[in-house]
Amino acid sequence: MKYDAQAFELISNKEIANGIFDWTVKNKSLSSIAQPGQFAHIAVPGKTLRRPISICDTDGENLRLVFQVKGQGTEIMSQLKEGASVDIIAPLGNGFKIEKGKKYCFIGGGIGVPPMLYAAKAACKPLVITGFRSKDFVILQDDFKSIGADLVLATDDGSTGIHGFVTDVLKERINEVDEICACGPFPMLRAVAQAAKENNKPCQVSLEERMGCGVGACLVCACKVKRANGEEEYLHVCKNGPVFNAEEVVF
Amino acid sequence: MADLKVNVAGVEFSNPLIAASGRFGFGREYNEFYPLSVLGGISCKGITLKKRDGNPPPRIAETPSGILNAVGLQNPGVDHFIEKDLPWLKEQDTVIIANIAGNTEEDYCMMAEKFSDSDVDMIEMNISCPNVKSGGVQFGTSCATVGAITKAVRAKCKKPLIVKLSPNVANIADIALSAEAEGADALSMINTLTGMRIDINTRRPIIRNNTGGLSGPAVFPVAVRMVWQAASAVKIPIIGMGGISTWQDAVEMLIAGATALQIGTVLFSDPYAPVKICEGLSKFMDENGIKSISEISGTIKPW
Repeated sequence: MKYDAQAFELISNKEIANGIFDWTVKNKSLSSIAQPGQFAHIAVPGKTLRRPISICDTDGENLRLVFQVKGQGTEIMSQLKEGASVDIIAPLGNGFKIEKGKKYCFIGGGIGVPPMLYAAKAACKPLVITGFRSKDFVILQDDFKSIGADLVLATDDGSTGIHGFVTDVLKERINEVDEICACGPFPMLRAVAQAAKENNKPCQVSLEERMGCGVGACLVCACKVKRANGEEEYLHVCKNGPVFNAEEVVF
Repeated sequence: MADLKVNVAGVEFSNPLIAASGRFGFGREYNEFYPLSVLGGISCKGITLKKRDGNPPPRIAETPSGILNAVGLQNPGVDHFIEKDLPWLKEQDTVIIANIAGNTEEDYCMMAEKFSDSDVDMIEMNISCPNVKSGGVQFGTSCATVGAITKAVRAKCKKPLIVKLSPNVANIADIALSAEAEGADALSMINTLTGMRIDINTRRPIIRNNTGGLSGPAVFPVAVRMVWQAASAVKIPIIGMGGISTWQDAVEMLIAGATALQIGTVLFSDPYAPVKICEGLSKFMDENGIKSISEISGTIKPW
């Protein structure tokens, strides 16, 4: 038995930016085994599908989940009160592989930033590049600073931090790092993977796709990968990912 | 203690709950939640003659009380399944049903032959998949094609043969009779209803296949009605499915005329649904002095 669906207590629910919510769920059993880049599959009252939310952080006692309201399901989640019971299957999927002694660059774009916090905690003095649309959507800056990350903030409109994309920053500083881990919108991941390839740096990307079961049975969250022999096939974000070697992903 | 055993076409199930094809893969993932022997049976993910990649994503969209899906029969092919997955499945102490799909009548016949020589307990012929370009539902929507393909596959099939029917038809009773007349041992129904959702910002369908199959509680009343109509017409047993989520739904579907049940979409929100439904069913039977499932099946008292 590897999986379990259990009810856990929501001990804190705060809106930390425009439409972005920060949950803390009392969850000793799951938070002690969760790996960076894995996700939690959350049952939403009244909805047929669970919502996959990446694990932002854990302290061994509590699970921290940061999500953006995108539709009805996340809207319902955002309205849950402290003390509510939340049904969670976690930790699911394959996370980031963080090796000791390597200098990492973690890149997050928008709501792809939260999983980078837990990942960055696993590495030594990492470079962290966070990108947002504008100052209204900026999150988790103090959290990254508190773990000793070399933190860069960029916004698309220049309303705070550097005016530009995360890839602009990456290209300038790519020689400082050994490996790159990224999570964010697909075009951003494509650009990050391209920059990594041009500079011969290994790169791991966390993908997103509309998901069903979350455990690899229903085969809906397909993503195309290229095998070493050149053959392309559909793997699944929930079970084979969400983190993939960028070299394998067909962008 | 109520006896949950049911018998479909000579095959005994420890309880009436069978995992529906397409939601359960080949069982390995859910075996991480509970031993698969808690299920009466497993209808495996639809299998084709050759490996299929399936449709491009997105393959799923949520709907009011349900989902649309268009996976497009992604599977490793029959030979891979028989060699790599079936031996493990056969050790799980539950009935194993091979769900077969194809592009042509010959495909279905070859699949039936291959599975007749395998260890599967039953074969479920899927002539109702709405998400593939050729084959699938095109065989399932007229009495003539249902009859013809059932007859052809029957001739090659040495295992009990279940024909899985589409709800996207004008008269389900006639379709059911055609399958029965040409040798189906049982029917399973309903497959998904064809549906669509559109993103109002991009004006594109959410599912890459444009349309998908609707399942979940939204289709339950349609399924109950169709099982009732088919059960009123045929003598062969019916495996009822379509949005069953609670033990009450299970009882209702049995009353409508089902001998056994399949569950699928409810697993998304609650992987433990089969265990809970069995517990509820058992308690209901004990409280009402019902000794076996067959005392419930088909006991509807229509007005």
